[in-house]
Amino acid sequence: MPTYSFKVNGKAVKVTAPAGMALLWVLRDKLGITGPKYGCGMNVCKACTCLVNGSAVTACSTPVSSVQGQEVTTIEGLANGDTLHPVQQAWLDLDVAQCGFCQAGQIMAAVDLLSRTRNPTDADIDAIENVCRCATYGRIRAAIRAAAQKMS
Amino acid sequence: MDAMGEGGGPGFSIGRRRLLTYALSSPVVTIAAGFGVNLATPSSAVAAPTPLMPADSVDYYDVGDSIVQFAAPTMPLVKLSVGTDGKVTLEMPRLENGQGIATALGMMIAEEMDVPLSDVIVHSADAQPELRYNQITGGSSSVRCFDPVLPVMAAEARARLVAYAAQQWALDPSTLRVEAGVVIAPDGRSATYGSLTVGAATMPLPSAQPKDPSQYTVIGRFTGRLDARDIVTGRKKFTMDLAVPNAKPTMLRMPSQIRGQVISVNNVAAVKAMPGVIDVVVVPPGGAIVPRQVGVAVMADTFGQAWDACRALDITWGDGTNKGQSNESIFAALRAANPPLAAPPSGALTIDGEFEFPPATACPLEVECAIVDARADSAEIWAGMQTPIVALQATAADLGLPEDSVKAHVIPSGGAFGRRLFWDPVQVAAYVSKATGRVCKLMYHRSDDIRHTRLRPPQVHNVRATVIGGTVATYEQHIAAIRLDARHGYGEKGTAETGAFPEGMPQTFANMNYEQFFFKTMVASPYNYGFSTKLLTPVTFDWNTVSYRSVHIQPARLVEEIITDEIARAMGIDPVAFRLEYLRLPRARAVLQRVAGAAQWGKAMPAGFAQGVGVHQESRSFTACIVELDARDPLHAKVVRATIAIDVGKPINPSGIEQQCHGGLAEAISLVLNAGLTIKDGLPQEGSYSQYHWARMIDFPKAVEVIIMPNIGDPVGGMGEPGMSAPSGAIANAYARATGIKPRKFPLNARDPFVATPAGQLPAPPL
Ligand code: FES
Ligand code: FES
Repeated sequence: MPTYSFKVNGKAVKVTAPAGMALLWVLRDKLGITGPKYGCGMNVCKACTCLVNGSAVTACSTPVSSVQGQEVTTIEGLANGDTLHPVQQAWLDLDVAQCGFCQAGQIMAAVDLLSRTRNPTDADIDAIENVCRCATYGRIRAAIRAAAQKMS
Repeated sequence: MDAMGEGGGPGFSIGRRRLLTYALSSPVVTIAAGFGVNLATPSSAVAAPTPLMPADSVDYYDVGDSIVQFAAPTMPLVKLSVGTDGKVTLEMPRLENGQGIATALGMMIAEEMDVPLSDVIVHSADAQPELRYNQITGGSSSVRCFDPVLPVMAAEARARLVAYAAQQWALDPSTLRVEAGVVIAPDGRSATYGSLTVGAATMPLPSAQPKDPSQYTVIGRFTGRLDARDIVTGRKKFTMDLAVPNAKPTMLRMPSQIRGQVISVNNVAAVKAMPGVIDVVVVPPGGAIVPRQVGVAVMADTFGQAWDACRALDITWGDGTNKGQSNESIFAALRAANPPLAAPPSGALTIDGEFEFPPATACPLEVECAIVDARADSAEIWAGMQTPIVALQATAADLGLPEDSVKAHVIPSGGAFGRRLFWDPVQVAAYVSKATGRVCKLMYHRSDDIRHTRLRPPQVHNVRATVIGGTVATYEQHIAAIRLDARHGYGEKGTAETGAFPEGMPQTFANMNYEQFFFKTMVASPYNYGFSTKLLTPVTFDWNTVSYRSVHIQPARLVEEIITDEIARAMGIDPVAFRLEYLRLPRARAVLQRVAGAAQWGKAMPAGFAQGVGVHQESRSFTACIVELDARDPLHAKVVRATIAIDVGKPINPSGIEQQCHGGLAEAISLVLNAGLTIKDGLPQEGSYSQYHWARMIDFPKAVEVIIMPNIGDPVGGMGEPGMSAPSGAIANAYARATGIKPRKFPLNARDPFVATPAGQLPAPPL
C-alpha cells in the first residue's frame, strides 16, 4: 500500500492507504478526525466538506492520492486556538445549528464561498447544495451574510 | 445522596467529579396524581371547547398527555446533581436529536437555580429500565413531560444549598440570595454551590416553589444551544465519532426487496481476502420484538474498505414479503380498503376529494448506526435511540444475556424524526459483534438506509364535506394506510411485547389498538364542521413503517385544510374569513388573525403567484401559516415567502421554537412539493438525496417570519411536530389558487427521472 504525506490542520501527517481510498475515511478512520461526516458517500449531501488548499471539496469523493503534498483543513482546524473563525462566530451568534450533523460541512462551504467573494448574492448562497435535514437554511443564509459583513 | 458512575464509556468519560445527586421526589406526587397533567390553567377554551360531534377526544386527552402521564411515576428517579465544581448536571432520560430539548431543560434549571447556563450540563442518560415508560423520546412530549417537574426539582436543589449555607452562617435562609451559582449573605459572605454541595446533601429536603413567570430571566429569552460551540468546532461526538476501543467499521448490504432474504453468498473467500477485510457475516432473520434487518455484513479496518468489500459481494437474494408491489398496486389496495363515504343528503352542496400520499422516509442526515460490544456475559451499546430501554431489553434477549448485564449509552443523534423509535442498527451490530467476537461499529450505507428504512406509511384519503343551508353540516375523512408499526410501545418491553404478540405477525390486535389510539389522540380538527369524523383503516403489508414526525397528522390535516379552502371557494367566502367563522378555539383564531395581518393576506400577487393559508392545532400548540408560492411553472412550484404564528402556550426557548417552525416548513415544502418514494417490485427506487428531494437551500424561502405568541398562562405545548401541518395546508392551497389545479397526488411537483442503483446493490463511490 502506498504512503501519502500531506498536512491536516497545519500538521504534517503520513498515512498508508490504498490510492483509491476516499479522504473521508483516511481522516475519520486512520487519523481520528471526525468533524467531517458521512451522509451519503456520493458527493450529494456535502456533509463531508473540507478544504484542500483553501477550496471546498467533498472528502467522500476525493481520493487520498490527490491530496499528496496538499493542505487539508477540516472544521477542527478552522478556529485559531480559542478564537473562532468569523463564520463559526456568526453560527454561534445566530444559533444556527439544530442537530449539528451537517454543520461542519455547511460551515466549510460558507468559508469557501466567502473566500471567493465577500459579497455573496442570494444566488451564490442558493448554490450551496449541502443538505440540512433539520432545515437550518434560513439561519445559514443570515449567518453567511453576518460573517461576510464582519470579514469585509 | 448517591454516587454516580461516569456516563459514556471507555474512551470518553465525562472526566469530572460529580459527588452529589439530588433525586427529588416530592414534585411528582402532585403531577402524577391527576389526569390533567399540566399544572397551569389554560387561558381559553381548551378546557371547554366547542364540542365536535362526535366529541374529538384530542380536546381532552392527547398522546402527549399519555406520555406525560406514563412518565410521571418514575420522575423521582431522574437525577439532577451539583458537582464540587459547581456544575449542575441533568441525566436527561431523553434523546437529544437536534430538536433542542436539552437546551430547554437546561434553561429551566438555570432559571430556578440561578446558575449561568454555561454551568448547566444536560446529557442523555444511559438506558435505565427502572424508568419504565419515562425514557421514550417522541410525541412532541419531552418538554411537556419536564415542565411540571424539573423547575420544582431545581428550586428544591437551590433551597437545599441555600439552607446549608444559612446553617453554616447561622442566618435565616430567607435573608440569602443567589447570584450566578454563588450564595450571598447580607453581610457580604459568599459561598459557591460547588463548595456547599457536599454539606447540602446532608440537609433535609426543603420544599420550594418554582419562580413566578414574571420573575423569569432565562425562560422565554432567545438562547443558543448548549452544544452550539461543540458543533461549530467539530467537537460534538455522534455515535460513529466515538473512540470505542477496538470497534471495527462494519457495513451491511441489504436485500433486493424490502424484507428480502439471503439465499447464498457466492464469493465469501474472495471478499475476505480483500485488503482490510476482517470478516463477512450473513445476518439472518430473527430478533426479539421486531424482525432484524437481514443482509450481509462486512467488517473491515476502515469504512472505505468495508464499503468496497460490500459492493464486491456476489449475493443471491431471495424475495421479500412485498414482491411485485409498486406505488400503484399499494394505492389500489388502499383505495379498495377505504370504506365508502356516506351518501350526501339531497340538495346538499358536496365537496369531494381523493388524495394519495406515497411512502416517505425521515432520512436523518446521520445514517442509522450503532456500536455494540457483545461478550459472553455482558454487552454494551452506543447509539442514538429514542427508545433505549426496549432496545436494551430486546438486545439482551437476542444475545441470551440477563438484562442487567447489558448497558446502553444514548448518544446524541444527527436527527431522528421518529426513525430512531426502532433500534434496527443495534440489532444488527449485536448479531455481528457476537458472531465475530469483536466490537462492531455498524453504519448503513445511505442508499440502503433509504431503501430499507422505516417508512411513513403510504396512504389514500377519501373525503366528503357537505354544506346544507349555507352551513357546513358534515365532514367525513376516510384514511387507508399501511399499518403503522408501534411495537416500540412506550419504550419498554411490556408495552412493546404486547404490540408484538403473537410474535412474527405483521399485524397484531394490540398493534392495531396502539395505531387507533395514537390516531385518536393525535389528529384533531380545529373546525366546527357539524358531524365531523376521521376514520383510519390500517392495511396489513409486512414491511417497515414508523411514526415519522407528525405521522398521521400532517397528511390528515393537510387534506382537511385543502378541503376547507374548497368549501370556502364553493361558498364564495374568503378562506381566512371562512376559517375565522368555523375555527372552534380562540387560540386558533388568534394565530390566524396574527398571520393574516403580518402576511398582508389578500394583497395583489403577480400572475402565477398566490398566497395560501393553513391553520393547525396539535399537541396543545396552535399555529397558522400563510405562504406565497411561485407556481408560474406548476411542475416546479416554489415557496417564496412564509409567515408563521405559533402559540406553544409557554415558550421556553424562542430560538428553538423558531427552529422547529423552520423545520416544519421544510417538511411541508418537501412532502407537499418535492419528496416521495417510488416503490417498484417491493423496493424504493430512491437511494440518495439527489433522488429523494429533501428541501435544500434553494428550496427554502428567503423571507420567513415566525411570530411566537406571548405567554399568557397556558401550559407548555409540544413543538417537535406541530410545525408541519399549517405550512403544508398553506402551500397546497396556494398551489390551487395559483394554478387552478386541485392538489390531490403528492408530491405536486414533477420528479426528475433518475437511474436507480440496481436492487440489492450499492452504488460505487464517486472516486
Ligand atoms: S458524504 Fe460526501 S457528499 Fe455526502
Ligand atoms: S442541523 Fe441537523 S442536518 Fe443540519
